[in-house]
Amino acid sequence: MNQSHNAKSMGNLVAQTLRRIPLNATILAPLVALILLFAVSSLASEYFLNSRNISNVLRQVSYTGIIAIGMTFVIIAGGIDLSVGSMVALVGVIVLYVVNAISDPIQAVILAMLAAVVAGSLLGLFNGLLVTRGRIAAFVVTLASMSIFRSLALYFTDAAEVTTRNPIFSNVGGGFFLGLPIPVWVFFGLAIVAHVLLFHTAYGRHVCAVGANPQVARYSGIRVERIVLSTFVIAGICVGLSAIMLTSRLNSVSPSDAGYFYELDAIAAVVIGGTALSGGRGSVWGTVIGALILGIINNMLNLTGVSPYLQGLVKGAVILLAVLLQYKRAP
Amino acid sequence: MDEPILRLEGIGKVFGPVQVLENISLSIAPGEILGILGENGAGKSTLLKIVSGIYTPSVGTVHLDGEAFSALDPITARRHGVAMIPQEFNLVPTLRVYENVFLGQELRRGGLLDHGAMRRRTRELLDSLEVALNPDLPIERLSVAEKQMVEVARVLVNDARIIILDEPTTVLTDREVTVLFKVVRALVARGVAIMFISHKLKEVKELCDRLLILRDGQQVELCAMGVLSEEDMARKMVGRELSQIYPDKPPTSAHETSPALRVRGLSLKGVLHDVDLEVHRGEVLGLSGLVGAGRTEIAEAIMGLRRRDGGELCIDGKVVDIRSPNQAHALGLAYLSEDRQGKGLQLSFNVMQNITALSLKRYVRGLIQHSAERRQAEHYQQRLSIKAANLAAPVSQLSGGNQQKVYFSKLLDIEPDILILDEPTRGIDISAKQQIYRLIRELTDQGKAVIVISSELEELIGMADRVLVIREGRVMVELCGDDINEEQIMLYAAGARQHANRERVGS
Repeated sequence: MNQSHNAKSMGNLVAQTLRRIPLNATILAPLVALILLFAVSSLASEYFLNSRNISNVLRQVSYTGIIAIGMTFVIIAGGIDLSVGSMVALVGVIVLYVVNAISDPIQAVILAMLAAVVAGSLLGLFNGLLVTRGRIAAFVVTLASMSIFRSLALYFTDAAEVTTRNPIFSNVGGGFFLGLPIPVWVFFGLAIVAHVLLFHTAYGRHVCAVGANPQVARYSGIRVERIVLSTFVIAGICVGLSAIMLTSRLNSVSPSDAGYFYELDAIAAVVIGGTALSGGRGSVWGTVIGALILGIINNMLNLTGVSPYLQGLVKGAVILLAVLLQYKRAP
Repeated sequence: MDEPILRLEGIGKVFGPVQVLENISLSIAPGEILGILGENGAGKSTLLKIVSGIYTPSVGTVHLDGEAFSALDPITARRHGVAMIPQEFNLVPTLRVYENVFLGQELRRGGLLDHGAMRRRTRELLDSLEVALNPDLPIERLSVAEKQMVEVARVLVNDARIIILDEPTTVLTDREVTVLFKVVRALVARGVAIMFISHKLKEVKELCDRLLILRDGQQVELCAMGVLSEEDMARKMVGRELSQIYPDKPPTSAHETSPALRVRGLSLKGVLHDVDLEVHRGEVLGLSGLVGAGRTEIAEAIMGLRRRDGGELCIDGKVVDIRSPNQAHALGLAYLSEDRQGKGLQLSFNVMQNITALSLKRYVRGLIQHSAERRQAEHYQQRLSIKAANLAAPVSQLSGGNQQKVYFSKLLDIEPDILILDEPTRGIDISAKQQIYRLIRELTDQGKAVIVISSELEELIGMADRVLVIREGRVMVELCGDDINEEQIMLYAAGARQHANRERVGS
């Protein structure tokens, strides 16, 4: 009797705790999909659960995942950034130039990291200013800058791969901490920071307000243009971080290949994660889950020997499925 | 007189429990202009929608060309030559004039569009209206008046014989109105019957042969124009007891202290001209006027939402400069927009997030204190009896009245001293209205100053201690005491009565 009573209150407590966690359909659907996918993958291939494989998947995911986190802010505020892939290449080139320009290896790495963040935020500022001051649609601005950034990266390098002999640079993106690759730590750390920023600060609330209805936001005293501008800068900073991780892992950058199609992977992660492409609502956790889903699908297709030409088809199908589910929820 | 082209017999319309129209009978002959007057909600648009077949009358019959219909549909109505020129134009801005005129009924030759014929026909139609307009211009390059002409040409393509003009002059300048009237007379000369809806008594008097006045869905008057003066018209439109939904006004007191807000010489190029107003603590100041008179613009200029071209703002006797809504909020001003869903509330946000939209700073201790937000939302839920099953659900799920209460809570949460309420009861039911009126009076009792902008005269009469009537961006008159009545307001708002200088009328 007493025990069943205890069990009951225990159950209540669990239910209450669950209700407190901000889980709703938007985030629940991708989470369930991720768990299912994980289960299926571990059955489909005996190598999937191998710790090296998992760590590799996470590393692969983190490059686009970091960018997708920045993209989440842009999209929630009602914009889009198509230039992130090209920006990775351009920032990557800048990073390697800085690394090679300074003789002291430690100084070189630190300055290169700084340069990446500064360059990323400046390029984001460029996009943001054109969108806000220039009053050009974000799609058009970033379509143009996608072309511009890639072109600059190719021009500076004459389309040749840039490499470095710096002995410690590769430790940044190639290193491990507590058994996990450093990029993965950066990805998850950034996710936590971004989540707090989006859900627990006035800034994040304002980003959602601007995306939901900029008119209402303006009448509520929110500086709409400043918020929109800032989201592009955030996206740029995330690109900078991703560029460091990527170039230091490879110890080189190829201006033609680096970041190729990253914008699509990042947007896909955001959309799969339940963030509305029309802006106004979304979550960082959703984006993280979306990025993981894409990474696991890729990995599973590789492990099971599916033709690489079919991988795009599967990715596309997953995006469509995610969006279809979103429409179902909001009639 | 000719056979009537349209005859209504005992038309009535009921929406749920509400009788919107009752026993309307009238007829219009070809070449006749019938003016239709009535307050907002008097049933004008319902009547028009019945004539054009959008609504089916609950009782009564519509006779078109002697044929009786108890249920008319839009297609039949159109076939009998009924055409409506709406207030909001339905034109595609990127297409050319002739393409819009023939939109949906394009002329074809051999399966392909016959641009030449459409262009020619459009030119003929515009010529017959004596309007000089190039059929090849894209709509977006036209003025409002020219767009209206395109709408007229569009209905003429269908050989319209009954044309309904729904407040066509609100968007026009005086000169454009003259042109429109010329066109209307040209139509009449061709034997077209016109139903002309307007708030502007003078225009109705000038243009119409006969007049229908509606009040609360009832036909108050149907007579030849000659008999009635403008003042008679205003009186007939109104004349009703105010029900007890308004709280008692406090006795008028002398305001010795400086006003909470004083505005001097407020100007917005082409919109507002030298507007003066002041509002004291404990007082409700009403702003009346027709739609487009500049009332909302006054509020937006005060709030820093529009850049002033001139004018000075004083709060509690101190000159202030307001350039953004943020500054206005910081100075104790708050503005309730007339566009609740477009400018007021984030529909996808929940109740809590909307209530704290202006006051969010107060809930941030490093991070947002979500539980404090919830407590505050619960406080308002109780205080304003907001009916919301779930404070975490998007406000789009609430009824209009409850949304409005959430919007009020959003303003109250920054504890403003001066509130500017633009159409505070638009689109909400009577009980919610009553609660909001009580709330407004509660606020003035607490010593806050309130400006109410409203198109509902009854509301201003019931609530306001003083009323300023705005017309074409100018303050026409200040009304006090017993002079705040519908007749006075209508006369000044419609421009039937005018003073060289603004004056104060009343005790």
